[in-house]
Amino acid sequence: MIDSSVFQLVCFYAFAAVTVVAALGVITLRNTVHAVLSLVLTFFSTACIWLLAEAEFLAIALVVVYVGAVMVLFLFVVMMLDIDREQVREGFIKYLPVGIIVALVMLGEMLALIGVRAMHEQVMGANPATVAGMSNTEWLGHALYTEFLLPFEIAALILTVGVVAAVVLTLRHRTGVRHQQASQQVRVDARDRVRVVKMAAVVPAAPQPAPGKETTP
Amino acid sequence: MGEQLFNNVLWPVLGVLAIVLPLVVTVALYVWWERKVLGWMHVRMGPNKVGPFGLLQAFADVTKLLLKEVILPSSANRVMYYMAPLIALVPALAAWAVIPFNDQLVLANVNAGVLYLLAMTSLGVYGIILAGWASNSRYALLGAMRSAAQVISYELAMGLCLVCVLVLAGSLNLTDIVHAQAGSKGIGDWFMWPLFPVFIIYFISGVAETNRAPFDVAEGESEIVAGFHVEYSGSAFALFFLAEYANMILVSFLASILFMGGWLSPLPESWGFLGHSSILWLFAKVFVFAFLFLWFRASFPRYRYDQIMRLGWKVFIPIAIAWVLVAGCMKYFGWVTVGTGG
Repeated sequence: MIDSSVFQLVCFYAFAAVTVVAALGVITLRNTVHAVLSLVLTFFSTACIWLLAEAEFLAIALVVVYVGAVMVLFLFVVMMLDIDREQVREGFIKYLPVGIIVALVMLGEMLALIGVRAMHEQVMGANPATVAGMSNTEWLGHALYTEFLLPFEIAALILTVGVVAAVVLTLRHRTGVRHQQASQQVRVDARDRVRVVKMAAVVPAAPQPAPGKETTP
Repeated sequence: MGEQLFNNVLWPVLGVLAIVLPLVVTVALYVWWERKVLGWMHVRMGPNKVGPFGLLQAFADVTKLLLKEVILPSSANRVMYYMAPLIALVPALAAWAVIPFNDQLVLANVNAGVLYLLAMTSLGVYGIILAGWASNSRYALLGAMRSAAQVISYELAMGLCLVCVLVLAGSLNLTDIVHAQAGSKGIGDWFMWPLFPVFIIYFISGVAETNRAPFDVAEGESEIVAGFHVEYSGSAFALFFLAEYANMILVSFLASILFMGGWLSPLPESWGFLGHSSILWLFAKVFVFAFLFLWFRASFPRYRYDQIMRLGWKVFIPIAIAWVLVAGCMKYFGWVTVGTGG
């Protein structure tokens, strides 16, 4: 039937094409929500390409972290923005020359990199995970926690510093704010909220004179 | 060529159908059971007119929904509006691909099964957000934003719970995780005992992640009418309904598989039929969790929004992080025995 390697190649080009088109969509679509969704599609097709390259862990981590969490927050913010579309377009044209220059430089660098690799005829070795007889995730875990432990921990530390910095930068101590203490709220019982006041029933001393008969309209 | 076509195309499609069709029927029956249970807990009868014990009520409702018109609100975003129910439903169904029903019965026995599940369950929220945004309605948008913040928060706690299970089992494969809970002590070897706090957190996060009571602020009938699906009618609404219930059953399956030994029997082998591990045990455990969803709904009032956030960030995540360390110590010092084969 269909040769599997040919099928793989076709899939690769299909995913790559979707990635490029979606990435173009991110910067050209007028509607910001559509642009964000286009970015989601870009991530998703990139994950598909990584799956083809047998990097399952990276592919699924991309979907979990970026598509599942980061982009949801992104969409959350963009949905609430009220952006003047004309203004965005003006910016697009204004920054277009700079953007084109950056894109051209990047293209040149990438081509140079590919050229260097091709000239040296460096071929990628066999997939180390398959050689070691482990699953991709297992091999990655071993590599990260043995060979690359120090860089891995440093990366984690930098990210933690980033989180703390973000909190410190945005945290403002305001005076006069009353906070709720959940532990105190949980501990209350009915006696703290309702006070039953006992009052002796008062018996009228003398029968009051009957009120005068109301006139009916 | 015919054989190849059969093996590579027809057989997987039949496998998918063998999971999805019973799932859809189960959802219908689950809705009926929910209404019955809620009725009994409120001292009512529940549905009892259509079919024996009202069993056909859910099917009648589905037929009604399918025959209704899907109304597009004016100045709604047409494409997104129609796509949102599908985006909600597809991950809810796709997640079932890696669920093992017993030793052999699994559609795709992938190595990174748990990660795949985490990815799929985190995608479902897009359907809700897009539905809220595309409807061009204030109530829907409010519901969508509540849902987004809530799902993100509880996904973190859920992920940390999964990390504890992975550390103990030493595998991302769901079948291996069940095998890791097999041992001479029977019920004592299940992960629910060493990971008890995490087990509780996982299930509660699952309830929050599926937007069910008492965490159903995304719908919040009393405040924002019906939240993200307030503008949806007919079959589009039915799809949201289907996705929500399929997700509830999925969370029940996962809690059973990850913490309660999946298809393993809690009774000793000498008890004959009851002592054997079988798919029936899995279904029994799932039924317990699925019933808990309904019990919660009948028992608890809705959480206030800030309390939901507090519970997720200040209670569940710290406990789960601490238990990741505890689970690491358990594994490293060999405090728990982890089985390897079924």
